[in-house]
Amino acid sequence: MSTILEIKNLKKYFSSQKAVDDISFSIEKGSIFGLLGPNGAGKTTLIRMITGIFYPDAGSIQLNGKKFDPVTDVINIGYMPEERGLYKKMKVGEQAMYLAQLKGMRKQEAFAQVKLWFEKFEMQSWWNKKVEDLSKGMSQKLQFVTTVLHEPKLVILDEPFSGLDPVNSNLIKDEIYNLAQKGTTIIFSTHRMEQVEEICDHIVLVNKGHKILDGTVREIKQQFKQHIFTAEVDQLPSALEHNSFSIVKKEGNNLTVKINDGFKSNDVLMHFINQQSGIVAYHEILPSLNEIFIRLVEGTPTARQFEAIPA
Amino acid sequence: MNKIWIIIKREYVTRVRNKTFLLSTFLFPLLMFALIFGGAFIGANGTEQRKIAVNDQSGLYRNNFKDGSSVAFGYPDAVTRDNYKDKGFEGILIVYSADQQKADSVRLYTEKQLGLSTDEAIKNQIQKINENRLLMERGVTRNTLDSIKQLSESKDALNYRSYQVRGAEVKEDNKKLAIVIGYISGFIIYIVLFIYGAAVMRGVMEEKTNRIAEVMVSSVKPFQLMLGKIIGIAAVGLTQLFLWIILIFILSSLSSLFISPEVLEEAQKMNESMPSMASNNTMALSFLEGKTVLFNSVNWALVIPCFIFYFLFGYLFYASLFAAVGSVVNEDPQEAQSLMLPITLPIVLGIFIMINAVQNPGGSLAFWGSVIPFTSPIVMMSRIPFGVPWWQLGISMISLIIGFLFTTWLSAKIYRTGILLYGKKVTLKEMAKWAFRKA
Repeated sequence: MSTILEIKNLKKYFSSQKAVDDISFSIEKGSIFGLLGPNGAGKTTLIRMITGIFYPDAGSIQLNGKKFDPVTDVINIGYMPEERGLYKKMKVGEQAMYLAQLKGMRKQEAFAQVKLWFEKFEMQSWWNKKVEDLSKGMSQKLQFVTTVLHEPKLVILDEPFSGLDPVNSNLIKDEIYNLAQKGTTIIFSTHRMEQVEEICDHIVLVNKGHKILDGTVREIKQQFKQHIFTAEVDQLPSALEHNSFSIVKKEGNNLTVKINDGFKSNDVLMHFINQQSGIVAYHEILPSLNEIFIRLVEGTPTARQFEAIPA
Repeated sequence: MNKIWIIIKREYVTRVRNKTFLLSTFLFPLLMFALIFGGAFIGANGTEQRKIAVNDQSGLYRNNFKDGSSVAFGYPDAVTRDNYKDKGFEGILIVYSADQQKADSVRLYTEKQLGLSTDEAIKNQIQKINENRLLMERGVTRNTLDSIKQLSESKDALNYRSYQVRGAEVKEDNKKLAIVIGYISGFIIYIVLFIYGAAVMRGVMEEKTNRIAEVMVSSVKPFQLMLGKIIGIAAVGLTQLFLWIILIFILSSLSSLFISPEVLEEAQKMNESMPSMASNNTMALSFLEGKTVLFNSVNWALVIPCFIFYFLFGYLFYASLFAAVGSVVNEDPQEAQSLMLPITLPIVLGIFIMINAVQNPGGSLAFWGSVIPFTSPIVMMSRIPFGVPWWQLGISMISLIIGFLFTTWLSAKIYRTGILLYGKKVTLKEMAKWAFRKA
């Protein structure tokens, strides 16, 4: 797979903060990429540089193998910011048309696309409604449509599911998969780790302006696994203890064990088998992204402190 | 460029389609006319005539006072300060001196205060009566006196005109009309700066509070967004101005059908009593005289293009500043108020200089006020009807254009930062820092 976005040594310093301090990563075409980090980690600043709203102080952004140009690449990017909104007094259809044309689409082209998406999301009847009459979920859908209707190569979604009910959440989630299938790359920024785990192929975790984690969800889970297994046996062995593991939790015939250094998971199984216990189930417990997130981010103060930057 | 055009179109269309636009477009000229002509009417019909009793101990003034529209005189017997009210008068004028050679001491007592000009008019009458008396004492007969008076007051006796000389050109001066035109155009520009400046600010605030700003700036540059809004609203303003001119033209032709010039002249005659009405009536009168005078004595070929220029560039000069303020304000309108102060102050100052400038269009205050871009749109417009040297007009226009480029450049930098900043209260100091930092 080819790389669509490559970020090298990106830096953005504000007068009181190093918002983004030397971050590099690359994103493959057609993947769903999770950009994670606690509040104030520098995610929004990073995204604003990728969308051309901010200029980086240092470093480079390559889109599709070429140097990113905020003016010409507007058509290639669809951005749904966390702080999002629409012109309240405008009609839904006009609003969608307006935003599409600002992306550089011609009028007929925009009209066809808007119609297509409105049909897909069953929004045709909204065309002449005013935006202020829409519910939060409805305007969220409209927002999503306006983000993707110019068929950008790179879609950036900042907390796309906030305020959506499960049905509409799924609708948009399906559409995200759809887009990815068609080769659109999606950057997905959120705090909701269970969504990341479900959706993302690849994640990057930033904290305090630095990248602290980069890899596929699988790799990362492997990297952070603590060798904990659950075992269910038909009867507990008479000699439960063994130096290959230590018991973390015991509930009836269910055991959660941590394998000690120098042993393998099969050593535990061998012990049970030798003890004539029938194995009903045995599998590894991988840490959730949530746990990894908390473990990595813990210890940093919840509110980022302002630091003096020597000029 | 194309994107700015799309933004301009949206800003224009959404505003022109708005009901408030239609309402204000049609109500404003009506209101103005109601004010001008309504004032004239009240002046003509509504003044109370005050009855003054005269107790003349010298006997010189008895029956010599002329009744005006604001005062009438009566000469009841044995009237004193204690009983004039019982006799149906509202005031008493007592002439104390019995010695005809000495200066008379005259006292006027009223319960309700008379206007300054009424007071003056009574004083003038007394002087006039005295003057006549003294002339007759020197041997001038009543007949001679009357004929002299008649001659001097007739229009044939004096033909006075003032001219303005500019190089070889000698132009008839019409100061009254120039004042009226100067006032009106200065005021319109003043109002325009506020109405449309505030419209720009509200538009920017709306984008920010609706949280659409970030969506927008991911498609267009903040500068394009700001400029598109400013130009779009300028187009709305020009449309409105154009409609106003048409409406005012129609209304002024209509009003001359309903109000005869005599009524207004009558109204003007009695202005002594109500000086505040004077300007109104002059204006109303000028409108009606307009049919003949207005088009000849004013250099419309200069006034109209200049008006459009100062209307447009005055707006552009301030609009970007209003946009900058709008970009840093959060939901709190109070915040906007305090940040707007540095912008509104020079505009209000402009109006004060303008009021001075129409009285003294060649003075140095008028000159500086009309050259410095902060006040020039208002002040220069009030000077143009009087005639302004070309070089001053040139400097004023060039400095306004440069000023506009400067404020736009400055505001764009504040705007760019401010529009993406949420929840933080921004001080003027911070705004200045954004404006002057590099990149």
